[in-house]
Amino acid sequence: MLIQLIIISFSLFAISRLLKKFKVKEISNREFYLWLLIWVLIIGATIWFRKTDVIAKFFGVEKGADLAVYLSIVVLFYLIFKLIVKIDKLEKDITKIVRKIAIDKQETKDKNRT
Amino acid sequence: MNIFVIIPVFNEEKNIKAVIKDVKNEVPDSNIVVVDDCSNDNTIRVAKNQGIIVLKHIINRGQGAALQTGNKYAIQKKADIIVHFDGDGQHIAKDIKNIIQPIIDGEADIVLGSRFLSIKDRVPMTKKFFILKPALFFNFIFTGLRLSDAHNGLRAMSKKATLKIEITQDKMAHNTEIISKIKKNKLKYKEIPVNIVYNEYGQNFFDGLKIIKDLFAKKIL
Repeated sequence: MLIQLIIISFSLFAISRLLKKFKVKEISNREFYLWLLIWVLIIGATIWFRKTDVIAKFFGVEKGADLAVYLSIVVLFYLIFKLIVKIDKLEKDITKIVRKIAIDKQETKDKNRT
Repeated sequence: MNIFVIIPVFNEEKNIKAVIKDVKNEVPDSNIVVVDDCSNDNTIRVAKNQGIIVLKHIINRGQGAALQTGNKYAIQKKADIIVHFDGDGQHIAKDIKNIIQPIIDGEADIVLGSRFLSIKDRVPMTKKFFILKPALFFNFIFTGLRLSDAHNGLRAMSKKATLKIEITQDKMAHNTEIISKIKKNKLKYKEIPVNIVYNEYGQNFFDGLKIIKDLFAKKIL
């Protein structure tokens, strides 16, 4: 099926990018193996998609594809939450830096005056 | 008493000169600190020409962040009383003497200006019932403190109160944050009637919604 081909191709592309980032040490070992596992699982589930129905039934969902969609939504919400927390922290850090520069500059002027 | 008047500004080249002059006339022995929040106009030059202290944010961070910058600087300079005063000409410098008096007398750690305590307030009806009254309700929900005015930026704080109230809300939600920290730190507070000059500036209904969003985000994160 075309959709299988698209998902597998995209997953392989993602793995290639992952390897590139791992080689230049942009990501940690833990992150590398976690993402590698995720993409390999996606490829596996795409090739043997009938088998995923068994797992889906265990969770009370009819089809494996449906389970994947539900799980994706949960994971996406979690990632968005994590991103918001991270952005909030970054915003606070930027404010601290801006404040420090503003005060330090004036302190230097004050010192030069006295 | 070492009094610091903190004036946060953003693009106020038209008003800042008159505001500084007003404060200088009414409280001549105070230290005036203008915190420029990365204005795009000539605010910083106009302010500097008035011979006062000007702190400059190199990136726009919001009014709450500017006030905290002023607070931090004032504390470093051994301030006894810190006054927050708007840079857009809404506040009247005559009121500063009244709001610092309860702190000098030891009656309060923080004094908040209120538009609604004067016999005849000049608040436009639409602003009063569609913005300020709902804001009071939300303030009560978030802080548990019942006040007569919600977002009046004119306030005076003792050194003790300034150290206890660290403003972490960079944008406009700092007003509610301050009230919440008064309650949390059990600070003695007082409301004093002040006058507000209404002009085209100030917060509208959508600014109010932004404040609620910031407060909810703070509760969740």
